[in-house]
Amino acid sequence: MLDTPLGQGEAIIATQTVAPVTTARRRRGRIDIVGPLLVFAAFIGIWYLMHHWALRAIWDKPNFLVPTPHNVVRTAFFTNENRATLVGGLRVTATVAFLGLAIAIVVGIGLATLMARRQWFERSMWPYLVALQAIPILALVPLIGSIWGYGLSARTLVCVIISLFPIVANTLFGLLSADKGQHDLFTLRGVSPSTRLWKLQFPAALPAIFAGFRIAAGLSVIGAIVGELFFKRGDKGIGILLDTFRNRNNYPMAYGALIVAALLGIVVFVIFGLISRLVVGKWHESTRS
Amino acid sequence: MTVAVDTRLSFDDVSMTFPDGTEALRHVSFGVGRGEFVTVVGPSGCGKSTLLRIASGLEQQTDGAVDVDRGDLGYVFQDATLLQWRTVEGNVALLAELDGMSRGERARRVAENVSLVGLDGFADKYPRQLSGGMRMRASLARSLVMDPAIFLFDEPFGALDEITRERLNDELLSLFQRNGFGALFITHSISEAVFLSTHVLVMSARPGRIVGTHDIPFSYPRPPELRFDAAFAELCGEVSTSLRSAHQ
Ligand SMILES: Nc1ncnc2c1ncn2[C@@H]1O[C@H](COP(=O)(O)OP(=O)(O)O)[C@@H](O)[C@H]1O
Ligand SMILES: [Mg+2]
Repeated sequence: MLDTPLGQGEAIIATQTVAPVTTARRRRGRIDIVGPLLVFAAFIGIWYLMHHWALRAIWDKPNFLVPTPHNVVRTAFFTNENRATLVGGLRVTATVAFLGLAIAIVVGIGLATLMARRQWFERSMWPYLVALQAIPILALVPLIGSIWGYGLSARTLVCVIISLFPIVANTLFGLLSADKGQHDLFTLRGVSPSTRLWKLQFPAALPAIFAGFRIAAGLSVIGAIVGELFFKRGDKGIGILLDTFRNRNNYPMAYGALIVAALLGIVVFVIFGLISRLVVGKWHESTRS
Repeated sequence: MTVAVDTRLSFDDVSMTFPDGTEALRHVSFGVGRGEFVTVVGPSGCGKSTLLRIASGLEQQTDGAVDVDRGDLGYVFQDATLLQWRTVEGNVALLAELDGMSRGERARRVAENVSLVGLDGFADKYPRQLSGGMRMRASLARSLVMDPAIFLFDEPFGALDEITRERLNDELLSLFQRNGFGALFITHSISEAVFLSTHVLVMSARPGRIVGTHDIPFSYPRPPELRFDAAFAELCGEVSTSLRSAHQ
C-alpha cells in the first residue's frame, strides 16, 4: 500500500532540495578553513577595488554608493545607536521568520502524514502544493497585504507560504522511504497503521525531514524580509530598515542591514544542520547517493 | 516426503498466479515438521521467495491450502532489514516490542540472543557500523527472541563471502539443535543446502514445481569437515544433477 513511488514528488525534490538529504559529513581538512578565508579576502579585496577605482572611473562617487567595508562595519556595528537599531530589526525579523517556520513545520508535517496515509489525499493535494510553490512570492505579498493588513500575522503568513512546500515534499518523501523489507517485517507482526507510522515511517523520514527544515528555514528568513520590504509598515524589521536606509542614501547602514540579514540566514542554516546531526548523525549513512 | 508427526508447516497443492498473469507456483505440496530442516533450491525466478511469502501470509495463494501457525513463525529475509536508527540491541528487541512483550522479559531475551549470535560487545552499535555478516546475525537474533516454532529463511547468507557463510551455517545448525524449530530454507548454494538440511527439495523453473526430493542422512551435530566427506560430495552431485534437469 505504501510502495507506490511518488514520481512527480521526487523530481521536484531533486530540483528543490538545495541541502542534500544526507547530512554531508566529509572529512574536514585545512581546505575547509583556508579556502573560505581566501574567498573572503578576495571578496573584501574586490570591494575595496570597487570603492577606490571602479566606481571613481564610472560614477565618480566612490564614497557614496560603495562605502568601504571598514566604514560599513564601523558605522553599522561600532556605533551604539546604529547597532541597537539593527539588532532591534533583527529581533523583529527573526521572530516573524521563526513563527512562520514553526507554523509551516506543524502544518507541513501534518499534511505530509495525511498524504502518506491516504493516497487519494496525496493525489488531491499535490497539484496545489506545486502551485503554491510556483506562485512568485513577490506577486502574492501585495495581495496578502491588502487582505490581511500589514501586521505581524500577514508577514508570518508570507513565511508560512514560502516555507511550506519543502517541508511537505521532504517529509512525504521521507515517510515513503522505508524499504519494502522493513514494511514486510511490520506487516508480519500485524501492527496498526499508527505503530507503523511511529516506529517505522517517522524515524526513517527524519533525515529527509531535517533536510526540508533546513531549506524551509532559509526561505522563511527570505519571506520575512520580503514581506517587510513590501509592507513597509509595522514593526521595523531588517527589510524595512534596508528600504529606509536606501531611501535616505545611508549606504553604510543599508549594507549593514544586508549583512545582518545574511547572518540570520546563515545562523538558521547552521542551527538546523547541527540539530539534524544531533538527531540522525549517529545512524544515518552519510554516503548515500 | 513423509509428513512428520509434529508438522509445523504444510503446503497442500498450492498454486500461485499473480494478478499480472505470472504463474509462479504450480501444485506445490510438502511439509516441514519439528526437527526438520527443509531446503528448497531452484533457478532464480522460479518462485522460491513467493513460496515463503505465501507461508508467512505476505501473499495469498490462488489455489490450495497452507497450514501454519503464523503467530509462531520467524522470517529471515535476504536483506537484514535492520532499522538504521536502532542499535543492534534495539533491532533485536523490535519484534518482541511490537508484540507487547513485557520489558523485563524482553531485555532478558535480547541480551541472551545478542550473545547467542556472537554479537557481544556490539549491542550499542548501529547497523551502518556492522559488517554484512554481523547484520545478518542481528537479523537472526531479532527472530530468535520470539523463539518461533517454524523459521523461514530466504537466502539469508547469499550476499556473504564463503568463509562467513560457512561459519554462519555452523552456528545456524547449533541454533537449530538447541531451539528445535522447523526450518524452511532457500538457497542457491547446493553445498549449503546439503550441509544444513534433513531434506533438499529441487524446484523447477517457473512455474515452480517440486521436481526432486533428496533426504540427507547425516546426523546432527554436523562438523564443518563434513563438507569434505565423500558421501557429502556424492549427495551434492545428486542434487546438482536433478537441479540441472529441472532447468531444462
Ligand atoms: N508481486 C508480483 N507480481 C507479479 N509477479 C511477481 C510478483 N512477485 C514475484 N513475481 C514473479 O514471480 C516469479 C517468482 O518470483 P520469486 O518467488 O521472487 O522467485 P525466486 O525467489 O525463486 O527467485 C518471478 O518471475 C517474479 O518476477
Ligand atoms: Mg528470491
